[in-house]
Amino acid sequence: MKLIDAAIHDESVIKKRSIRLFCCSRRDGAASFRETGPIRKQLPLWFGMVFLLFVSGLACAQSIWDFQEPVTPVARDSITASVDFMRIIMGIYAAVFAIFAYSIFKHRKSSGARPGAFTGPGTKWQWALAISPFLLLIYIDYIWMGIPAFHAIAQMEDTRTAAEMVVKVTASQWKWQYEYPEENIKFVSTIATTQDQIHNRAAKGEHYLQEVDNPLILPTNKKIRILLTSTDVIHSWWVPSFGVKRDAVPGYLREMWVNIEKPGIYRGQCAQLCGSGHAFMPIVVEAMAEPQFKEWLAQKKAQGAAAESAAGKAWSREELMAKGDEIYNRICIACHQAGGAGLPGAFPALAGSKIVNGPFLDKDGRLIKDGHLDRVMNGKAGTAMQAFKNTFSDVEIAAIVTYERNSFGNHMGDMVQPAQVKALR
Amino acid sequence: MTEAITTHDHPPAGIMRWLTATNHKDLGILYMSFGGLMFFIGGAFIMAVRAELLLPGLQLLSPGMYNQLFTLHALIMVFGAIMPFATGLNNYLIPLMIGAPDMALPRVNNWGFWILPFAAVLLLIPFFLQFFGIGSGASAAGWVMHNTSLDLQSGIGMDFAIFTIHLLGLSSLTGAINVVVTVLNMRAPGMTLMKMPLFVWAWLITAFMLILVIPVFSAAATMLLTDRHFGTHFFDAANGGDPILLQHLIWFFGHPEVYIVLLPAWGLIPHILATFSRKPVYGYRAQVYALWAICFLSFLVWSHHMLTSGLPLAAEVYFMYATMAISIPTSVLVFCWLGAIWRGAMTFETPMLFALGFVAHFGMGALTGMILPDVAVNAQYHNSYVIVSHFHYTFFGGGIFGMMAALYYWLPKFTGRMFDEKLGRLHFWLTVIFFNMTFIPQWFAGLDGMPRHIADYALRFSAMNFISSLGAFLLGLSQLLLVYIVVKCVRNGPKATGQVWEGAQGLEFTLPSPPPYHTFETPPLVK
Repeated sequence: MKLIDAAIHDESVIKKRSIRLFCCSRRDGAASFRETGPIRKQLPLWFGMVFLLFVSGLACAQSIWDFQEPVTPVARDSITASVDFMRIIMGIYAAVFAIFAYSIFKHRKSSGARPGAFTGPGTKWQWALAISPFLLLIYIDYIWMGIPAFHAIAQMEDTRTAAEMVVKVTASQWKWQYEYPEENIKFVSTIATTQDQIHNRAAKGEHYLQEVDNPLILPTNKKIRILLTSTDVIHSWWVPSFGVKRDAVPGYLREMWVNIEKPGIYRGQCAQLCGSGHAFMPIVVEAMAEPQFKEWLAQKKAQGAAAESAAGKAWSREELMAKGDEIYNRICIACHQAGGAGLPGAFPALAGSKIVNGPFLDKDGRLIKDGHLDRVMNGKAGTAMQAFKNTFSDVEIAAIVTYERNSFGNHMGDMVQPAQVKALR
Repeated sequence: MTEAITTHDHPPAGIMRWLTATNHKDLGILYMSFGGLMFFIGGAFIMAVRAELLLPGLQLLSPGMYNQLFTLHALIMVFGAIMPFATGLNNYLIPLMIGAPDMALPRVNNWGFWILPFAAVLLLIPFFLQFFGIGSGASAAGWVMHNTSLDLQSGIGMDFAIFTIHLLGLSSLTGAINVVVTVLNMRAPGMTLMKMPLFVWAWLITAFMLILVIPVFSAAATMLLTDRHFGTHFFDAANGGDPILLQHLIWFFGHPEVYIVLLPAWGLIPHILATFSRKPVYGYRAQVYALWAICFLSFLVWSHHMLTSGLPLAAEVYFMYATMAISIPTSVLVFCWLGAIWRGAMTFETPMLFALGFVAHFGMGALTGMILPDVAVNAQYHNSYVIVSHFHYTFFGGGIFGMMAALYYWLPKFTGRMFDEKLGRLHFWLTVIFFNMTFIPQWFAGLDGMPRHIADYALRFSAMNFISSLGAFLLGLSQLLLVYIVVKCVRNGPKATGQVWEGAQGLEFTLPSPPPYHTFETPPLVK
């Protein structure tokens, strides 16, 4: 596990790791060599070689490459089931292909074999041999692995019994919103890796593409029920160490649960193709003991109160522009691109846009339908442009609209105050 | 062949021969050539994808372009390469194998083929239009388009893909109906159903599956089209529609589709194993029943593709146990393949190598398929690279290896010339080595937590992707050898006999190589 955890960002390390894979395969391959004698011009020998290489590659999985460290009961169950199943299928594969290999060596024309003329099992012994694999399979499928699997599913799906806490996850393109309904806290979590790192203009950090601005904070040793939904397309919430993956489907509330047994930082990402930002939708969960978690909750609540009062005060243009710049480069840039240039055919440009360079409030102070502020707050149905009033605070909406109207060569000169946004919600 | 037959042996010359082809052999060649061409186009797309994945960071492609490329790769490989190639084989071989003069519906046959190139062009048009600033490119929502709302967001590429699906569906239906009508009505006297070669059986069952599921797929695509443009809300959650409904419809098609791709290969493998073991087919009846059982079960397990979508507990348990049941008829097939070579007198010509390679790789795909339905474990595997690795062991290790085995086995029959055996073996070994080099690392990347469909990945997946990409490039390159082998064979391969292979059985090997333009106008008598 350590080997995997180590950050690999230069080629020398990559080479070392690949060499390790080949070494591991070669060791087993070489062993098989000695057993079968010197290389002759015999293709089946090579056939066996490749087969052993393949098996040894998979056998390595047990020791070096495997699931990430499991930290929930469900994850431990699934890694056990996976490893057991893996051993079973490798056993079946080895047994069946040992018989194949034997036949390939023994029953060759070149060694003078005379073909039989049978077309099915003849003797009782042969019938028994023919039936036994199916009995074995039925036993594996429905008893050996089947019964534990049933219990594992029942456990995995039991989201409600003794659940001590609820967290709601709302997915949208390409970020996660986390909400603690009982505490009245919610915030958005987006990727922290910079565009420069993605485009190879800056060195990649250890947690490249698996780092976020606001991680989900959860307490350890508590059964936490997680509710999932989406505001646009189907996403899928997956942290490998938790052993659960569930789709966030628009129009539905899905659920799952975790009980994290060990404090730490766990990383995952969206597992359902959800558009061009699919690779850039990481999940980071920080699990901490109950007292620290309580402390964090109190801190977060205080921040929320501060933000509430911030929405009341009048903001200067510079403050709004600075905040808008930060938000744009974190969120809007994924579609509208650097400099508001957009992607022709896919995402509209903001530079010189009619909507951005048009009015946004009518003379009675109401939102103009499809005006700039309306588009940001309510989104556009059927596109990736979502209703940001659901995820952004008043300050954030005011800042981003002000920023867009006065950047990328747009010179509207006007601004929006958080208080205005609050009144328009 | 009698005099009367050879006097009819004058198809129109030049391009008109192919445009107006109604002869099953001409159409078979057309289908197979088209499948081969698409194999290389689909392969070229994935080379670009693997090049992007060679190193972490975005080097070559934008994420949007990346999504288009793997979507096109999948659509082209499944619908453009494997299915048409298998259809070409059935066109050429079924009449020869059952002693019929041609397919039952020759003009429908012509129509079925000539839809295909237009469908392929339609699929690719938006991809090329984007370079001229028109539209947002080809469909980028994955080959089964099962993220409903993403489909609704997509640009014109999705509409083109929907129309392509309609056309391909029409083509598959005409082909399937032709197979059913031919097989049920035109067998030579004495060729009872239970005497038919297994390849014919496999295709008959495939045809029934196509007739059952293609309308579902077309209907789902049409509903998606009306959702996109005509204000219906079948799947649009924002308006009370159900995004999961589309997934059910598409996987109701999509799971049998897996067997539609594999059944023709399962049917032809026993022919090849029997020929090169110089033995009769082993367990004929068992294999026919197993194919029917798999056909039946394949309609009952579709939701195992949706185990993370939040199905009720009862459905999860049902789909898990139902899916596990497929391992039983599948193991009948593997047992019969073993029986086919047991105590034979084997030689290892290229088709035999590919057939054994098929068994070894498909075996791995099938066994990994035994783990996947376990719902609790599936939560970890689903939409990860484990799945990518698994289904390439079935589609490439099964489907493509099977098609390669068939191509090498019957190529001397089609062309009347032998191919270069040494090059054929080289092609086999290169394919085996680089295939495994490509897809074994993907399994481990998946176990380690790498999701599918991502244009860029975290550093922990670097080594596996690096090896996998190198393997993929070499795998792609080594397929060019196949082109050389086929061209060399057609141009100046040594003459093949009618029997071609020492142990070959079956009506098609009673004819000269290549068979005359019209065959079995007087049906042979089968004992």
